[in-house]
Amino acid sequence: MRDLLIYIVFGWYPYFCLTVFLLGSLLRFDREQYTWRSGSSQLLRRRQLTWGSNLFHVGILVIFFGHFGGLLTPIWVFDAIGISHTFKQWLAISIGGVSGVMCFVGLTLLLHRRLFDARVRVTSSFGDTAILLILYVQLILGLSTIFVSLQHLDGHVMMTFMTWAQGILTLQPGVSSLIGDVHPLFMLHLFLGMTIFLVFPFTRLVHVWSAPIWYVGRRGYQVVRTRGSRGVMSAEWPR
Amino acid sequence: MKIRAQIAMVLNLDKCIGCHTCSVTCKNVWTSREGMEYAWFNNVETKPGIGYPKDWENQDRWNGGWRRKRNGKIEPRIGSKWRILANIFANPDLPEIDDYYEPFTFDYEHLQTAPEMSAFPTARPRSLITGQRMEKIEWGPNWEEILGTEFAKRSKDVNFEGIQKEIYGQFENTFMMYLPRLCEHCLNPACVASCPSGAIYKREEDGIVLIDQDKCRGWRMCVSGCPYKKIYYNWSSGKSEKCIFCYPRIEAGQPTVCSETCVGRIRYLGVVLYDADRIEQAASVPDEQDLYQAQLDVFLNPHDPAVIAQARVDGIPENWLEGARRSPVYKMAMEWKVAFPLHPEYRTLPMVWYVPPLSPIQSASAAGKMGHDGEMPDVRSLRIPLKYLANLLTAGKEEPVALGLERMLAMRAYMRSKTVDGVIDEAIAKRVGLSALAIEDMYQTMAIANYEDRFVIPTAHREINEDAYDLRGSCGFTFGNGCSGGTTETNLFGTPKSGNKRAKTPMEVV
Repeated sequence: MRDLLIYIVFGWYPYFCLTVFLLGSLLRFDREQYTWRSGSSQLLRRRQLTWGSNLFHVGILVIFFGHFGGLLTPIWVFDAIGISHTFKQWLAISIGGVSGVMCFVGLTLLLHRRLFDARVRVTSSFGDTAILLILYVQLILGLSTIFVSLQHLDGHVMMTFMTWAQGILTLQPGVSSLIGDVHPLFMLHLFLGMTIFLVFPFTRLVHVWSAPIWYVGRRGYQVVRTRGSRGVMSAEWPR
Repeated sequence: MKIRAQIAMVLNLDKCIGCHTCSVTCKNVWTSREGMEYAWFNNVETKPGIGYPKDWENQDRWNGGWRRKRNGKIEPRIGSKWRILANIFANPDLPEIDDYYEPFTFDYEHLQTAPEMSAFPTARPRSLITGQRMEKIEWGPNWEEILGTEFAKRSKDVNFEGIQKEIYGQFENTFMMYLPRLCEHCLNPACVASCPSGAIYKREEDGIVLIDQDKCRGWRMCVSGCPYKKIYYNWSSGKSEKCIFCYPRIEAGQPTVCSETCVGRIRYLGVVLYDADRIEQAASVPDEQDLYQAQLDVFLNPHDPAVIAQARVDGIPENWLEGARRSPVYKMAMEWKVAFPLHPEYRTLPMVWYVPPLSPIQSASAAGKMGHDGEMPDVRSLRIPLKYLANLLTAGKEEPVALGLERMLAMRAYMRSKTVDGVIDEAIAKRVGLSALAIEDMYQTMAIANYEDRFVIPTAHREINEDAYDLRGSCGFTFGNGCSGGTTETNLFGTPKSGNKRAKTPMEVV
């Protein structure tokens, strides 16, 4: 029974979540772009946002790219450049720990603001508050796994997660059996992590897709739409 | 030379009575929605005053507009593209809603349901955001109405720069004027430049600056970028919105709602031709006081055959060229030079211009202590300090504003002489560098101000523009699916791509 549950949650649930994540985002972008926004509440209340939002975003971006690179880079790449498994785990613990604490402070400020500031609370949708709470719980779970990790510094559990994540992405749901042996905290963290992907398209998180990095590459500053074509012509000035 | 046409506006402040009809009709049409209660695409401020949002003209505080760098290039004052992106999580230059005002309604129902009481029941304010009781309303779009609030607060107005302002706090010397404000639909818009999503754009065909509501992601940099603070963040939809210059009306050849309903008939709409290739150069001139002249130099003479020929090459329709030749805006800004841009020092090249108001001659002058220039009073002895107007309209350069005021006084003197004394005194016209004919035309346009003279708006060309009929048929001029003005390539369900929604002429033979 336990094996079946492990297989469903860590073998099939990831595919369900990824499908909803990708297809849901695509559908919402195609059909409901008017709802596609960051949903900033800075106009209503600046207090706690400057520190909260900056700490939260910087922290979570480091954490996200850390997870992304750490889990999905094939291990032979690390071996090739001479990063030992123990060192990689220390890297993950230290970078993840620092950015995790940053994120925690930021998220605490943001959550306090969202729940206790009348203006922000009243104008929040259920999704706005819920996703913040989910992220908060997920962050606390993630930070508490550090204490578990400190018990085994040889990196083998980390290797397990890398194998699992890479196995899932290469369409081998069987790798779920590896997860059966890890600490329950990791299991909860993984499950909630996948759930965040599941709810992603239904929340304001979709603004992540639209991170306007292309702005830096815009030639000049001005945008003029030419008549008829409705095409965007970037005027190349001021340079 | 790349010629484009723009519908521009002039407001004759000399005739503004501060009735707020423009603001109210605009609000009723465009912003009476949740999230936009606090936003006024058009509002009328009493100057001197710090305005709405508070202190909007103080760019040391809000960092709106452009900054000229040491190398002669300009960049948004809130920062280069990297700086703007670095501030995206929390924008340090964003006003809070209290800088505008917390929107409110009143408990009107209480007036009907109150029991018998010893005192009259009152309708107390209630926040439209939280629904909670508001004890005090602190600010609004016309809070300093007719010199409301103390002089100490009002005099923080940055237009007092370079003026010994203390004496204007005395009752005998006080002065005021109205300033209706709306989006300037700039030639070099800082909002467009600071939008990381590229959602704000200037329409090539008529110069109207719009926000693509589908493309806006709510990064709220435009609110800071715009030095006039005329972009508003809709806290309900999470998108920014701004004055749309009533483009559905403009396309149909009708004036904007604010212009149509102006009871003082102070607003003018007309085509101005400009050279798009000269914008960058004009916006980057070193001395701020040269910006007014630099912007004049961007405008093109619609009577010049060379301009007409190039405009045809650049695809400007014939009725627009005709509109440009009859444009009241061109006459006031370029021929008579009585209209001026609002704060040219922001380097945005604004396209809503203002005719400065005349004001009573100060008591000192009336007592014969101050100068008269022939039959006309010296404009420097008018009640509103010339320097104040210059700070508002020409980055502090007084001569152009003085000439504008003199020409308006000359128009009065000339017409008084003509209608009262029956004498056509060409000398009056000549003294201010105009011909008698020009003065008569000024009188017709600015004093009589017939509807046809105020609004010369060529209709849009449906064969080259978006199919407005289709937009209307889908969901009116509103947001959401079906009426997207977006440029998205993704299209899962086979609805016609917005890029192809071009109007077809029924007679077209395929």
